[in-house]
Order: sequence, then structure tokens, then C-alpha cells
Amino acid sequence: MVELSLPANSTYSDGKTVAAPEGATNIKKFRVYRYDPDSGDNPRIDSFEVDLDKCGPMVLDGLIKIKNEMDSTLTFRRSCREGVCGSCAFNIDGTNTLACTKSISEIDGDIKVFPLPHMPVIKDLVPDLNGPYSQYRSIEPWLQAETPAPNRERLQSPQEREKLDGLWECILCFCCQTSCPSYWWNGDRYLGPAVLLQAYRWIADSRDEAMGKRLDNLNDPFRLYRCHTIMNCTNTCPKNLNPGQAIAEIKSAMLRRA
Amino acid sequence: MAAQNRPLSPHLQIYKKQITSVLSITHRMTGIALTIGALVLSYWLISATYGPEAFQAAQSFMGSWLGRLVLLGLTFSLYFHLGNGVRHLGWDFGKGFALSQVRTTGIAVVVFSIVLTLLTWFAGYALLGDV
Repeated sequence: MVELSLPANSTYSDGKTVAAPEGATNIKKFRVYRYDPDSGDNPRIDSFEVDLDKCGPMVLDGLIKIKNEMDSTLTFRRSCREGVCGSCAFNIDGTNTLACTKSISEIDGDIKVFPLPHMPVIKDLVPDLNGPYSQYRSIEPWLQAETPAPNRERLQSPQEREKLDGLWECILCFCCQTSCPSYWWNGDRYLGPAVLLQAYRWIADSRDEAMGKRLDNLNDPFRLYRCHTIMNCTNTCPKNLNPGQAIAEIKSAMLRRA
Repeated sequence: MAAQNRPLSPHLQIYKKQITSVLSITHRMTGIALTIGALVLSYWLISATYGPEAFQAAQSFMGSWLGRLVLLGLTFSLYFHLGNGVRHLGWDFGKGFALSQVRTTGIAVVVFSIVLTLLTWFAGYALLGDV
């Protein structure tokens, strides 16, 4: 359902400000979404003045510096710090991206960091991703074939392999998933761009023999067809993939077999 | 800390307005406007069958500044929905998905609808005179 405003327990207001250490001259203000499940209070936006002269170049460096030096209770996911794990996906400066590959110098003014949009928040910048993960499970993201496995790998021509480029690179950070207004309003039934790109990754695989079953599973007014080609997904993907196009490919595969 | 009480993270409130989402919602709003506009135009036509007084009433509303504003909006809605509809048609054929194409075709639709709206109204005033 479309609900334009936030529920009563989700509205947020300004919180505390932590000033930069004395003598700092190159200061950037981070405005970070905070929610403490133990207090149960509504979320707030805390401000941290970060001394950029003593900070790495990326937004993630700033967040780690805040956690190390200014407020150790700040909670967020991070791991590889080089854009391959997909953990540090946040809404930064108004769009979803990975904090580890977004450089601080790209952002004018304060750096606003929110959790991925329209998700239940566990704590601070950590959203509950069980919804998208169970949707991912529902598309059965593994190779399915009736033909008995050969003694060696199932072979693919270079041309067949090329069809997977732009699909296999997805790291499931869910930046696209949570940028999609259609997913905001119907995320309980619409699979969303990340999961549909993954679905297409198996449909497009020449070694997979379950295309019919996969398309049957997607042939639903909500699971697939809530995509209205808004294209926020492609616009925000930190890996420069094209979920919007992958969804269109599923729709035309649906037509071709009909 | 029951899971049910978890707050919902902000969405529309914080997400940057961008050509992708703004044109998409405009497409939907112009679609709704055209549906209502079809009723307005039907009223205009049907009023003629109810006799001179009814038609005169419709005519004077359509001629008022408010009526003209509504018609101007409808003209824009028509051209925008048409242009963006063609864009969607391309997408349905699997064409124009590169981000650069999404941006250029989007800007093209906006320019197309503004220019054709203005042309239509200039042509209207030129043909009918200052009514």
C-alpha cells in the first residue's frame, strides 16, 4: 500500500551534535540516522563533525572514524571496504550506494547517512533484510538441470557465457531494491529489482534447464509486473548494473514463450 | 525490543528527486489528469445537447481563466503522456535501457511536451483570434 508519510514510531528529529576536536580546520559534518531499540524512543539524526585531515577518503572511513573516536555505539554493517561484499549499503546524500566506494569529496554540504529506505530498522544503520532474502530464496537461485551431470563441468560457449555479464556481478547489497518506489509500496508481494535481476541471471544461463518453471513462478501481477520501469534501480546501482533491463528481458521472455 | 515495533526507515522523505522517478510519477499523474480531462471534455460536448443555456454555461467556464488553465494542463498532460508512452513502448521492445539513453529520452520527452503545448496554444489563438 502507498503510505507517503512515516508511521508514528518512525518519525525522526534532530539528536545530539558531537563537535570536532579543537584545532581541526577541515571539518565535514556527518548527519547520521540513529535508532536505539533498547530505549524504544523514536529515531533521531545525530551530527558528527569529522576532521577530514585525519580521515580516509570514503564515507565508510568517516563512519569508522566516528565509531572509533566519537561514539562507539554507532552501529552499521561493513566488511570488505572495497565494494565486493555489499554490506555497507546506505542511503547517502539522498541515493543508495556503498559507503566504501562513495568518496566524501563527491558530496556537497553535510553528509547525510540513512539506512536503506523503507525497511524495518534493527538499530541505527542496520535494516532487517529478511524480506529481500526470503524473496531471493523464492526464486531458487541455483543451477537446475535434468540432464545428468557430465564427468567434467557443464560447458558453455563464450557467447552463452557473455549473456551472464552484467548479471553475475551483483553483490546483493539491495541498493536497487530499496530505491524502487514500487518496492516501497508493494515490497511484501513484488520481488523487487535485485531479486528479479538474480532471477534473470538463472533464466539467461544456457546450462540451466528450469526456465519454464522459473517463468511460471514469476508470471504474477505482483511478483514481476509491479515493475513500472521507473529506473531508480539502474540509476543507483553501485556496480553499474542494469536491473531495469534485466526485468524487461524477463518480461519479453514471458511474451516469447506465450 | 519486539520486532513489530521496529521503525520504518525514511523513504520519500529523504530519497533524492531524480529524472527517473520524477518522470515516472508525472506519467502517472498526467494519466489520471487525462482520465478526469476526458470527463471534462465529455461535459463540454454533452452540454450542447442540453440546449443553449447549458452550452453557454459550459462555454463560459471553459473560456474563463480557470477553464483555460485546466485546458492548458490537459494539453500538457496529453503531450507528456503521449511522449513518455512512446518511451515506454521502446522499453517494452527492450530498447533504451542504458542510463545515458534513459536520461536523454527523458529530457527529450519534457522538451517535446512543453514545445508542443506552446505550439498548440499559439496555433489555437492564431486561428480563433482573441476569443
